[in-house]
Amino acid sequence: MSPSAIEIVDAAKVYGYGASAARALGGVSLGIRTGEFFTLLGPSGCGKTTLLRLIAGFEMPTEGTIHIGGKDMTAVPPNKRPVNTVFQSYALFPHLTARENIAFGLQMLGRPRDEVASEVEKMIALVKLEEMADRRPGQLSGGQQQRVALARALAPAPQVLLLDEPLSALDLKLRKEMQLELKRLQTETGITFVFVTHDQEEALTMSDRIGVMSGGRLLQVGAPREIYNRPVDRFVADFIGETNFIPAEARGDLVRVAGVDLSLPGAGNGPVTLAARPEQVRIGSNGPLPATLTRTVYFGTDTHCHMTLSDGTEIVARLQSPPSGDIGLRDGQGVRIDFAPGALQILEGA
Amino acid sequence: MTGAASSTRSGWLLSLPALVLLALGAAGPLLIVVVYSFLEPGEYSGVVWNFTTEPWFRVFLERDIFDGTVSLADAHLTIFWRSVKLSLLTTLITFAVGFPTAWFIATRPPSSRAIWLFLITIPFWTNLLIRTFAISEIIRNQGLLNTALLKFGLIETPIQILYTDTAVLIGMVYVYLPLMVLPLFAAIDRFDFKLVEAGYDLYASRWKVLRRIVLPIVRPGIVAGSILVFVPSLGAYVTPRILGGGKNMMVGNFIELQFGQGRNWPLGAALSMLLLLIVLAALLAYVRVTSSERPQ
Repeated sequence: MSPSAIEIVDAAKVYGYGASAARALGGVSLGIRTGEFFTLLGPSGCGKTTLLRLIAGFEMPTEGTIHIGGKDMTAVPPNKRPVNTVFQSYALFPHLTARENIAFGLQMLGRPRDEVASEVEKMIALVKLEEMADRRPGQLSGGQQQRVALARALAPAPQVLLLDEPLSALDLKLRKEMQLELKRLQTETGITFVFVTHDQEEALTMSDRIGVMSGGRLLQVGAPREIYNRPVDRFVADFIGETNFIPAEARGDLVRVAGVDLSLPGAGNGPVTLAARPEQVRIGSNGPLPATLTRTVYFGTDTHCHMTLSDGTEIVARLQSPPSGDIGLRDGQGVRIDFAPGALQILEGA
Repeated sequence: MTGAASSTRSGWLLSLPALVLLALGAAGPLLIVVVYSFLEPGEYSGVVWNFTTEPWFRVFLERDIFDGTVSLADAHLTIFWRSVKLSLLTTLITFAVGFPTAWFIATRPPSSRAIWLFLITIPFWTNLLIRTFAISEIIRNQGLLNTALLKFGLIETPIQILYTDTAVLIGMVYVYLPLMVLPLFAAIDRFDFKLVEAGYDLYASRWKVLRRIVLPIVRPGIVAGSILVFVPSLGAYVTPRILGGGKNMMVGNFIELQFGQGRNWPLGAALSMLLLLIVLAALLAYVRVTSSERPQ
C-alpha cells in the first residue's frame, strides 16, 4: 500500500493556444500523504484552484501525470475518480432536499437503498443537520449549506476530499467554528483532505502540511511551523504572516545591519536580506541595534511599534500590550532593538 | 399604510385601459361564442334566436337522418384526435430539437450568444403564409427535396409528403420551434453549470447528470416552451390548410368550415368552446406542475 494518497509529477496546465496561451500551472510535483490535512495556499490566480481541478478531474493536465491511491488517473473522468469536492459556492442541487443531496453520490455508485439510507443518516448526524435534513438548500443558512456540502462529499467515503475555499463565503465567527469542525471531521473520518485557501491563518491553524503557491509554481511545502519560521524566500515570508525585511552585509558568522554587527552563525559572505517576525523583535534599553520609534499602533492584545534604523530601514515590533494598555514609549523616542535567538533568517534569492 | 393603499388604488386605475381592452376584446366575444353555441343555425348563415343544446350534442354525437339512431360523431372526434396528436408530436419534436439548440446557445460566450438568439428570431420577420408556401415548394412532388433525391438516385418515384399529416407536422415544427427554444434558453441560461461538475464529481454519468440534475432544474422552461408550442398548434389554421390540403383538417380548419361553407355558426361556436376547454385544461395542468414544487 502506497503511503501517497496523491502523487503529482510535473503537472502543467496551459489554457488557450498560440499567442493567447496562458500558463496557469507550470510543472508542479507534489506528493500528498494518506490521511493528512494538506493545504494549498496562495493568492488568487496562483494556480491552486487549477491544481485542485486537475486532481478532481474537471481539467486534464497539459503535461505531467496524476496518481491517486497509486493508480494513474491522469486521463480518468471525474465520475470515475475516488475523489469528492466541496465547492466554493457549495453547488448544492437546488431541487433536492439536504438528505437527497447527501444521498446523491451513494445512489450514483449504485449502493443498495437501505445502505444509502443508513449512510445518509450517519452523515446527517456527523454534520449535525438532523433538524434541517428535509429542507432544500434555498431554505438553509450559509453555514448549514456548508455542512450539507461537506456531508454530500464525505458520504461516498472518498479516498481524498478536495475543498475549494469552502469557508470564504462565511462570516468570521462561523468560519472559526467551521475550521474546528473541518478538523474534527478529518480526524474522525481519517480521509485525506486537500484544502485550498488564500487565508494564511486558516492554513496555519488547520493543516498538517502546507504547500505555498505563486505564479503557477509550488514554492515551499512543509509543516505550518516550518513554513512560518523557515520561509524559503521573500514571497513565502511575506505571504505567511508579517515580516520585517532587513538589508544586511554578511561576513562569516556576522551580519552587519545599519553599521552594527550582529551574530548569525553561518551567514556566509556578501549582501543578503534578513527576515524577522515582528513578535521576535524586542525593544529594551540594552539591545545592540539603535533605532528611533516613529509610531505605535494599539491592536488590543498587542501593540505594534514602527521604528527606523540609522540607515532608514523600517522595523516593526509586536509587543504584548500590558494591563494598562500603555507600553510606556513615546513617538520619536530612541530605543534599542534586540532579536530573539534564531529570529533572524537569511532569505534565498533576495 | 395610506401610501400603500393609495398606490394600490392608482395601480388599479393605471391598469384600467388594459382591463377595458381585455373585456371588449376577449371576454365580450367569448360571451358571444358561448351564447351562439346554444342557438339554432340560420338558413344561410348567422343564428336564429331559439335556445337549443343541439350544437353541443352534434359536437360529440350524430343522428342518422333516416332512422334517427344516435352514434358517435366519428368525423369530429377524428379531427380532434388528429389535432391533439399532431400538437403533442409537434411539442415533442420541437423539444427534442430545441433543447440541444437552447443548450448550445446558453453555453456560448455572451458576445456570440446575442447573434445566435437573433438568428432564432429571424423567421418571425417573414409572414407565416409565405414561409408555409415555401415549405410546400420544398416538399411537393416536383419540389426541391424530391428533385434532389431523384437526381441522386436515392428514390425512384417522388415521395408524397405534401397533403399528409407528415407535411403538417413538418410545417408546425418549423413554425413553432423558436417558441420552444426561447423559454428553454432562458431556463438554461439561469442554470448554474457548477452543478454539472458537482454531478460528475459525485459519480454521475452524463445521462444521469442530464436526467437527475439538468432536466429537473430547467423544468419550468420545458413546461413553458411546451405550452407555448402546444396551445397554438392545437388551434393551427394556416399550416394544416396549406400543407395538409382539404383532407387532413385540424380543429382550426374545421371550425372555419362551420362559419364558412358549412353555414353552421352554432356548431362552430360549440367546437371553439371545446378547443378552448382543452387549452384551459392544458394550462391548468401547467400551473399545477409549476406551483406544486420549488419553493423560493
